[in-house]
Order: sequence, then structure tokens, then C-alpha cells
Amino acid sequence: MRPDTHRLNVGAVAAAPINLLGSLIEVPLKAIQRVVGIRGMPYVFLVPNLGFFGIFVVVPLFINFAFSLTGGTNLFLSDRVYTGAEQYEFLLDCENFTDSGSCREDRFWRGIFNTTVFVFFQVGFLVLFSLVTALILNREIRGRGFFRAVYFFPVLLSPVVVALIWKWILLRDGILNAFLVTIGLEKILFFVSPQWAMFWAIFVSIWAHMGFYTLILLAGLQAIPPDLYEAAEMDGTSKERIFWRITLPLLWPNMLVVIVLALIKGVQIFDEVYVLTGGGPGTATQFIVQYIYNTGFTNQVQNFGLASAASVILGVVLFALTLMQLAAVRRKDSA
Amino acid sequence: MPDAYASSSSRRTVAGLLTARRGRGGRLHWTDIFSYAYLGLGVVLMFGPAVWLILSSFKTASGLLEFPPTLLPLGQIEVNVEGYEKPLPLYSVTEEDGTVRELAQVRRIGIIAQMVDPSDPGVTIKVPIGQREAVREFRVAWENYTAPLQRFNFLTYLKNSVVVTLAATIVTLLINSMAAYGLAIYEFKGRNAVMLFVIGTLMIPITVILVPVYLVVTELGMINSLWGVILPGAATPTGVFLLRQYMLTIPKDLIEAARMDKASEWVIYWRVVMPLATPAIAVLAIFSIMWRWNDFLWPLIVLNRSEVYTLQVGLNAFQGELDVQWHFVLAMTVVTLIPVVLVFAFLQRFITTGIASTGMK
Amino acid sequence: MRTRKTKALSAVAVAFAMATTSVAAETNLRMTWYNDGIEGEVMRDLLDRFEAANPEISVTLDVVPYKAILESLPVQLAAGEGPDLARVTDLGGLSEHYLDLAPYISDPAYWESNFGPFLKWLRLPGDNSSISGFMTQLTVTGPYVNRTLFEQAGLDLPGEGATWDDWAAAVNEVADALEIPIPMAWDRSGHRVSGPAISMGAMMFDADGNPALVDDGLKAMTQRLYDWHQDGTMAKELWGSVSGSSYLGANEDFANAQVVMYMSGSWQIPQFAGTIGDAFDWWAVPAPCGAAACSGMPGGAALVAMKDTEHPEQVGMLMDYLSSEEALAEFYGRTLFIPGHLGLASGGVDFDTEDPRARHALETFAGAVPTISPIAFDLQGYPSNRVMFNALISRLGEAIVGEISLDEAYDRMEQDIEQQLAEKARN
Repeated sequence: MRPDTHRLNVGAVAAAPINLLGSLIEVPLKAIQRVVGIRGMPYVFLVPNLGFFGIFVVVPLFINFAFSLTGGTNLFLSDRVYTGAEQYEFLLDCENFTDSGSCREDRFWRGIFNTTVFVFFQVGFLVLFSLVTALILNREIRGRGFFRAVYFFPVLLSPVVVALIWKWILLRDGILNAFLVTIGLEKILFFVSPQWAMFWAIFVSIWAHMGFYTLILLAGLQAIPPDLYEAAEMDGTSKERIFWRITLPLLWPNMLVVIVLALIKGVQIFDEVYVLTGGGPGTATQFIVQYIYNTGFTNQVQNFGLASAASVILGVVLFALTLMQLAAVRRKDSA
Repeated sequence: MPDAYASSSSRRTVAGLLTARRGRGGRLHWTDIFSYAYLGLGVVLMFGPAVWLILSSFKTASGLLEFPPTLLPLGQIEVNVEGYEKPLPLYSVTEEDGTVRELAQVRRIGIIAQMVDPSDPGVTIKVPIGQREAVREFRVAWENYTAPLQRFNFLTYLKNSVVVTLAATIVTLLINSMAAYGLAIYEFKGRNAVMLFVIGTLMIPITVILVPVYLVVTELGMINSLWGVILPGAATPTGVFLLRQYMLTIPKDLIEAARMDKASEWVIYWRVVMPLATPAIAVLAIFSIMWRWNDFLWPLIVLNRSEVYTLQVGLNAFQGELDVQWHFVLAMTVVTLIPVVLVFAFLQRFITTGIASTGMK
Repeated sequence: MRTRKTKALSAVAVAFAMATTSVAAETNLRMTWYNDGIEGEVMRDLLDRFEAANPEISVTLDVVPYKAILESLPVQLAAGEGPDLARVTDLGGLSEHYLDLAPYISDPAYWESNFGPFLKWLRLPGDNSSISGFMTQLTVTGPYVNRTLFEQAGLDLPGEGATWDDWAAAVNEVADALEIPIPMAWDRSGHRVSGPAISMGAMMFDADGNPALVDDGLKAMTQRLYDWHQDGTMAKELWGSVSGSSYLGANEDFANAQVVMYMSGSWQIPQFAGTIGDAFDWWAVPAPCGAAACSGMPGGAALVAMKDTEHPEQVGMLMDYLSSEEALAEFYGRTLFIPGHLGLASGGVDFDTEDPRARHALETFAGAVPTISPIAFDLQGYPSNRVMFNALISRLGEAIVGEISLDEAYDRMEQDIEQQLAEKARN
């Protein structure tokens, strides 16, 4: 029951306008190639993307940096007051960096602390569950396609919807508490306890993103040549040994992709948790991006300068993290 | 690319711990039981919440407040009683002697309800409210859906969302794949710098540069224009990264052969590389569609005129200052879910195998 | 700020849009609006009638989530991309963007006499004459009680002049008798806390009119709130479960009879009339007393005209129509909003409800206006009041969940206010 024939029809219908588009662009690009030659063509191919990138990412990044050196509440850079590094000094003004309470801007530091805790557990368990799920889905089981779809499904939901779905379940009078009461337990106020709130923030973000990482790992598992396993089995190698000596090392490149992506996305966590817990209780699940958003946007005095300074610091940290990971990859590759 | 369904022999041989069932046709190994239990739990955990959301969205505003919540949407039965203009709500009343009968409530004063027997409407009966319980039936609160949809210009929002999603996806696919082609196929000066740059920007969450991007879009005169939503996110670093990694696996010989045939670089890109990169393109297309369809924060800032609202902005308009109307929130969440579920239902196989086969190495 | 070129560009874009639409109207006005209930529909009806009477003007109602009013609208206005009119709640915070309607309306004296006390909420400091809009709704904060629970417990409601302590004792007694989980609940909002704090003697400002949030009066109230959260009078889930200045109401719990007394405000009336109906007697009571007063906080939303509009005359005509006694009587009557129109406030509105509880609540809140402390009016009229409200609620919230002590919270409140006002003063 290959659906290939069906897919071909769809493809044929879609192909007509796409082909037309290709032919339309072909004419000017041929002319350009005549002028710049093959050596010039990579730049031609890069220009549209980098152009948009420059306008909508690079320019804003520069504006953002400029903002971080100014104060006041005016929106246009030309109206803002130059303050030098004051915003940075304000953020970094701490008596003791291990105690957010001693910092002038305690919420910034609590945001950093919370984000660190979140990323540590979220990435750890995300990788673990993705790996277990991928291993199970790689087995010879009935309805594998169905189960694969089941785990992937939440990836398609928007963060707001993900958070609303779970909030609706976890409310005091929600269905989870109804279940607890039915089996004879007390209701739990999940969003009042810092530990529970953090737990659910981590749980829900794993729920939402696990499917994507599972698929990446599954692809890696399926790329492992079967004869390796056969040879190992013939040697009578134990299953555990096969896992540690063959499966895991060969899966490592995919694992790295998963870890890098999960780390980056983890540090950026915002909308899901913002809708789910609102950052509470207190500031227990208020993460760094939410701090930036609140400072620059939701406060009555929209403090773009301070928010930009915090985002520059965040950017520097993220960049350093990624460089470190890339270095790790390089070493692994050359080894 | 390995395919899960490649052949039964490879399926059998991809054996090993946690990779295949032991003892074919024989008794189940504990890992089999564990696997099926894990998967069964997965179905409940992954689908359950969404199903609960959909069920809840059909409950009335007061039905949503009940604890313990009922599984299915229920509504109180109302009966027409002679001598009363409006239909009266029906209750089942337990009397002092333990008999239970169904009475209609006329009004309630404090802790006493005045009730009548529908078959004998002449006599008013006083019942303490602790002794009555609403008689309910299965009833779907369609008004959660119809009321907001009538109030809003639903078709306009839908049209805008479709335009944004399609246009943005086409632009994204075109410019991302061109850039990926440039980075994957050619050796040129500055390539590594561009790659590093792409990866670097992968890490910037849009949330933290919201205001600067808004300024840029304002200067370009794209406020309240769908272009202001379509263009800023078009040059996704993720897309470039994903496509480039995939294009690296395309044999260089193919490209050399095409060059021998005097094909222009565009023709090589368009007719040789793009068809081969279809799985990766499909993955990016699907992600782009999802990102754009679900986008909320950015359109909310750029679009403040109702004729250019997207669905996400328009459907959230009933979130007031002081009152979250859960029955509408849930229903409208379901509405925005429908296209996602449809895309998923038709393309799920394509999506999942597509992502798997992009390799992501 | 915006270059001439982009202005020209947008003019071309507008012209293009005009040419491609078949709307015959010469002038289109944009009104940004948010909804708590049905007020958008009522406004649309009024606008339809205005359009019928003035065929050369059309008005588009752009309904946005409230979040957009608070967060996006200020940025849009600052960028010169705002609407012609908007329904706002940050009355003084956006003053710099308001249009002075005085030259464009037919009878400024009518506005002064009917909207007088509220007009100054919309003005910049030092401005004593501009007219920028009117209140679509005046709100008064105050508590509701579940009177049916009191009856079932066999207790009387504390009478006139009862203090917050009296009420706390009474609702605890009811909750104990009937096993109700939450004796008392308050909206999580600095605005809500301010009224009772003023009742306790909080002055809010120093002698020069500068904000001075933390004093013994405020501490008397916040200490009580803190204690009530520790002893179970109030449930931590409401104030504890979000962070920062996020608003959270207990309206659902109250409607579900889980709460004996709910400190909120007049805007809940239409909603309670719908969701609670006659399931129990939800009863508005006068604001409980403290040492200094028995005050709630005034507040509300205003419909204001923006100074970047290109059609001030037409905006003036529209405001003339909407502010007329007839139009407002219908608006307030159908929405069950407390009139922000002095003429109508003295009995000129026939509220469109037969629910005796709703009618009683409307009377109670409207009747509470004279008991509101002058400090509360000053606070409501202070342009940066949200800075104070946010500092108050976010730091108090952190203290209640135990992240910081109350004393630390007081220090942080003052620091937050000082820092934000300093940032604003840099302009």
C-alpha cells in the first residue's frame, strides 16, 4: 500500500507553478553568471538570504547593542540619552555573586540561576527520554509508524497551546487533581510550590519537544550498519556490551546535535513557561528571557536600555557556550 | 538513507539489546513488555491532554467550573411548566423520607429553593438547596465556538494567516535553499565565516530583539502590512543549517557532470540539487508552516488593524483585562489546532520519515 | 523622527489601500479596543448608528487582547503607528500621546461638568485644561461575599463600619463551619491592595507629592495580607502562583463557591450575573474599614483620542456622539458598567438586568464612590501609578512565598520605584 502514486499526483499539481518560478529566475541569473563567472556565483546565491538577515537580524542586533548604552524610555535611538556602561554596571552590581539577594538587580540573577537549573535538568532528561524512546521505536514492534507519530505530535503545537493544555490539566480543580482525589490523595497546588512549578515547567517542555529529538536519534540508530550487530552477536557479546560499545558510540554524532540544539533552546525558554506558570511562584520559574521581556516590555516604564544590556550579556554567554560545544565536536571528529 | 520499512531481513538483523524482539514468535522478553508499556503510557501522555482540551472546549462556562470535572460536556435539563413563561431548570430532590423526585425550580432565595412539580404546577414546594441536585444531560456548548466566530471576522483572519504562512514559507524555502546551496557546493573565501555567523544567530531568541526589529520594520513602512510579518523571519538560520547539512551528502560528481553539459549554476541548483534535497526541503516547509501559523507575539505588535489580523491575534482578542473567558479560550485554541491536526494527519508519515532521513549529521 | 520618505511611502500605501477597497466613506477612523465582556458589541452598535448619521465617516473597531493594550500600544504610539482612538487603562502613563479634543468638540463645558474629576486622570502633570476622552467604565474596588454561605453557617454579615479584622474573623468562622477551602481571596493586583492600605492610613505620597509607598499604613495592610497567607485565611495559590506584576483573579473560585469573601471590584458584576446567576447570593458589601478610612480604589478604562490622528475634526464628532448622555446611558446600561459620567451617575442609567444581586452590587459600588479617600483619587491620577502598583504586588508576592522577608520586600519596593522613576526622568 505504498502511497507513492497518490503523492506523485499531488507533486504534479504543485510542480507547475514551482517550475514556472524556476524558469522565471533562470533568465536573469544566467545573465549574472555570464558577468561574474562561476566563482562569483556562491555570493549570488547567498545574497538574498544574507540580505534579509542583515536587515532583520544584524541591524536590530546593532540597534540592540546601541540601546544597551542608553537610558530613558524613548523609542527612537536619536532621542535616547547616552549612559555608557551604566546599564551593565547596574546589572552586574552585586556584593556577592552567589547570592542574588545581594545584587542590585536581584531578578536578573535569579533568572540566570533558574535558567541554569532548568537547562541542567531539562536537557538531561530530554536527552534521556528521547534516547529511550528512539531505542524502543527502533525495535521490531507493531504500529511503529503510529507510535512515532504519537511522540512527534506535540512538536507541531504552538508554545501557547502547549502551555494552555497543561495549565488546564494542572489547575487546582483540574483533571489531575480530580484524579488524585479519586484515588484518595489530597489535591496538590502545583503552581504554589516552587519545586512542583519547576518540575512541570521541565516536564511540559520535554513533552513538547521530545518528539523532534527522538526522530533525530532514530535516524542515527537506523544508520548503524546491521552487520556490526550480527558480527557482535556471533562473537557472543552481551547485549549490554553491544549497547555501550556499538550503539552509543555510533549514535554519538546525532547525540551531539541533540545536546547542542536542546541546550540552545533550553536557555531561550520563554513562552511555554510564561503562559504555564507566569514565572511563579514568586520568581521560582522566571527565566532570563522573561526577565528581559518584562524589563523592556511589560513594565510601565519600558526600560529598553536595561533589557538590551541583559540580552547582550545573554548573547555573549550563548555564543561562548556554542563555541565550546563546536570545539568539543571538532575534537571528537578528529579523534 | 535507511528506511524503517526497507526489508524484513534488515529488520530482523538490526538486533541487539533494546533494538529488536528476542525469540521471534516465542514468549515475550521483559524488554518487550517494557516497550509496549512505555508506548502505551506514551499514547495516554501525548494524546490525552489534547483530547481533554477538546472535550473541555465543548462545556459551558459554568460547566467548566465544576469540580470534580465531568468527562463529557453536560448541561442542565430545562422543562416548560404551565404558568411560567421561561423554561425552568430541573432538579432531582431527595425528600425527608428518602424518596427522590424531579422538581423544577422557580427561584432560589437564600438556602431555600422554591420548586414545583412539572405535573402539578399549582403547588409550590420549599426545598433546602442542599437536598437538590441538577438533572443533567449530554449537551455540547457549540456557542463557545459560534459566538466568538460570529463576533470576529473569521474568514479575513483565516485568509491573512494562510497568506502569511504560504508566502513566508515560499520565501523561506527559496532563499534558505539558495544560501544552503552556496554554502554546501562551493569553496569560496569567507565560507567558514558565514557558517559561523549562521550558527551564531541560531541562538538569538526573537523575544530579546523585539523592539529593535520593530524599529526596522517601522522605518520600512511595513507596520500593519502582512509583509511586516512575513519578511523578518524569512531568513531562518535553522533552515540554512538543515538544508546545507543535507546538501553536503549530494555527490559532487553529479554537479560536475551537469557543468560538463554546460548547465548554468541556477539550472544545477534548480534541476539537480533541489530535487535531490526534497526530503530536507519538505521538513523545512513543514516547520516553516508550523512556525508561521503559530506565531503570536510578533504579529501582535506589528498588526493592530483588524483587517490584517492573523488567526492567532484575532482569536486571542477576547482575553480581557480582568476576565479570562476559559470557555472561549479553550474553544479558540481548538480552532487554531484544526489545521495543525489536518497537516499532521495527512503528512505525518512524510514528516517523520523526512526528518529521519535528513540525517542531521 | 520618521523620515519624510517613509511618510511618503506609507501615504502611497494608504492611497493604494483606499483605491483597492470599495468603501465609500471618505474618512476611516481606527479605534483600538479590548473586551472584558460584551462592551465591544455595544460599542459596535453605537458606532453603526454614528456611521448611519454621518455617512462620510466610518469607524473600525480593532479588538485586541488586553496584553496588546498594555504592552504593544505604547510602542506603537511612540513609533507614530498608533490608532486614532483607543480604550486604555494606563490613563496617565500614555498622556503624552493624547489629543486635546477641546477645539474639536461642540461643548467643552458639558465635558467639564460631567467628566471633570476623571479628565485630570488623563492629563500630564501641570496641564489643567485638556480634554482627551471619557471613562468607558468607572470601577470601584470592593469585596463580594457569598451570602448564602453565611446563611448556611447561621452567621450575620458584619455590618456597616466593620474592619478588615472583623471580616477576616467572620469569613474564617464561616469557612470553618462549612469546610470552604478559601475564606478570603484578593485579586493579585497592586491596585486592589492600595485601597485597603489607604484605609489603614497609607499616605502613598510625601508632602511634595512624590511617591512614598512604604509607610506604617501600608505596612499595617501588607503585614495582615502576609499573615493571612500564613494562617490560611488566604490561599497561597492565587498570589503565589505567578510572578512579577501578573494579574490573577479568583473569580472562578468565587463563582464555584470555594471562596467566602472575594476582594475585587465592580467590573465582575456582568460576569457573575452570567456565571453564578442565582446559584448562590453573591453580595457586594461596602469596603471594610481601617484606622483611617473605609476606602476602595477608583479606576477604570477610558476611551481617548490620540494626537497623531490625521482627522481630529472627525474624531471630535465621534467623541461628541459617544459622550452624549443618550449614548452613554445605553452603553453603561447594557454593559452593567458603573457610569463615568456624573450626570448619569446620579440615577440616569437603567441597568439591563433583572438580577437583584447585580442591581444591589451596582448600587453598592456606585454608592461607595463618596467614601473613597482623596488619597485614592490622587493615586489613581498619578501618571506613574503602575510603577507603584507593580513594585507593591511583585515584591509582596515574593515575600508571601518566602523568597524574601517582608522587610527586604519593603526595601525592594522602594528601590524598584526609585529606579524606574529615575529611568523615566532621564528623558
